[in-house]
Amino acid sequence: MSDRAPPLLTVRRLRVTFPGEQGDVVAVRDVSFTLGRQRVGIVGESGSGKSTTGRAIMGLVPKPGRITADEMRLGATDLRGLSERGFRRLRGRRIAMVLQDPKYALDPVMTVGRQIAETHRAHVGGGERAARQAALAMLEAVHIRDPERVFALYPHEVSGGMGQRVMIAMMLIAGPEVLIADEPTSALDATVQTQVLAVLDELVRGRGMGLLLISHNLHLVAGFCDRVLVMYAGRIVESCAAGQLHAATHPYTRGLLASLPDLHHRRTMLPQLQRDPAWAEP
Amino acid sequence: MIRLDRVSVRFGSGARRFTAVADVSLDVAAGEAFGLVGESGSGKSTLLRAIAGLVGHAEGTVELAGTVMPRRRPRAARRLVQMVFQDPYGSLHPNQTVDQALAAPLRVQRLGDGERRIAAALHEVGLGAAHRFRFPHQLSGGQRQRVAIARALIVAPPILLLDEPTSALDVSVQAEILNLLTRLRQEHRLTLLMVSHDLAVIAHLCAHVGVMQQGRLVEQTTAAALAEGRVHHPHTRALLEATPGFTGTVAAD
Repeated sequence: MSDRAPPLLTVRRLRVTFPGEQGDVVAVRDVSFTLGRQRVGIVGESGSGKSTTGRAIMGLVPKPGRITADEMRLGATDLRGLSERGFRRLRGRRIAMVLQDPKYALDPVMTVGRQIAETHRAHVGGGERAARQAALAMLEAVHIRDPERVFALYPHEVSGGMGQRVMIAMMLIAGPEVLIADEPTSALDATVQTQVLAVLDELVRGRGMGLLLISHNLHLVAGFCDRVLVMYAGRIVESCAAGQLHAATHPYTRGLLASLPDLHHRRTMLPQLQRDPAWAEP
Repeated sequence: MIRLDRVSVRFGSGARRFTAVADVSLDVAAGEAFGLVGESGSGKSTLLRAIAGLVGHAEGTVELAGTVMPRRRPRAARRLVQMVFQDPYGSLHPNQTVDQALAAPLRVQRLGDGERRIAAALHEVGLGAAHRFRFPHQLSGGQRQRVAIARALIVAPPILLLDEPTSALDVSVQAEILNLLTRLRQEHRLTLLMVSHDLAVIAHLCAHVGVMQQGRLVEQTTAAALAEGRVHHPHTRALLEATPGFTGTVAAD
């Protein structure tokens, strides 16, 4: 987390626009941030542009969406105007993404072990044997107790928490520098959520990776990340150290925090968020 | 108002028989709000469906408003209890307008004066005439859940069952729906039984809380005891510790 090391990911004035019948819809407006060897969280409600930001960095914004940025770099690689071929060389090996629900993100007709091994062969090379060994080691790294047995299972045979650990294993096997996790634990039970986050944390720290955690859950991001970016209507309205989220100053962040039910402070009525159109303005 | 005596729900038969709810006994007084928490597969939603009569129970008795529910429920019994589901995107018919959705329960219960009742039900949940002839896709998630609540309350049931009513919603919308439920509960003296995986949401609305694990009700406690960490069962403790924002210590017995 030293300030002098060059950032793993640099984004400056990122805009994502989708053409619509009544003019363009700007999903992401002038988003700027850098990511070092740390954990940065993006929080916001549905439609705030947090997932689109992650997808833009991965080169996964579908046509006819348009991406513009003053700067968008992965290490020294310029991501602006990179071709699909160029992105394919980066994805998996240098930057990877964990999605919300392993039920949909894993191939249902391939054993989980083969899926992990396939990633290894595609990005690292080497033979089938080496890939199998690497996949088994990776399953062990995500704390799966019996890797040999789980290797041969199909996605429908594993639980949600195990599926998400399989996803993490698959995403980390080629040793990327940056991991983008889009609601990685939202589909999981609370107690399993904690376990998966612990696994993610251990690997991201151990390998000196950068993690961009996208979530709607303020408490989760505050407890897990180093820094938090709060998005509203496509814009970053507040950026603060995660430990200081409770002292956030933007009325949107304050409104969100206040509207959460709290086990320790039971109130009859929760304060409702009053949206101010000015928040969407720069 | 709700009295369960050793209720079990089973699916399948022979070697594949599976007990989803085992031996649950529970008492919820009139006007009370009771919350059920547990992880996925703990049987909490199945228990709710058994109370609503959507799945039959194998053993035990379900007593609502002083009447033991028979296997096939007569129309009057079905009016006692209505349910709101988790996903307002899935629980409203995509090809029916709000008006049609609200008219259906009136038709089933053979209640007249539809015009007035529909307008009143919409007003009750904070929607207006402008929403009445819209399709679900023309409404936001929060508005859809309001329609689902209006549809449940339009036949004026004394008991309302809520299955994760806010977990598909943003937190700002969740606050609006929770406030709406608080207000409706007071105004109509409703008895609420709510299922959620979120302890903070449960404790917000419900003074009494039951914890389920593997089909069994393993602990009955109160929101106040949860806040103070005064819990007994290890599973309750695990749920409490996994609750984001839970800062206190969980007292050991």
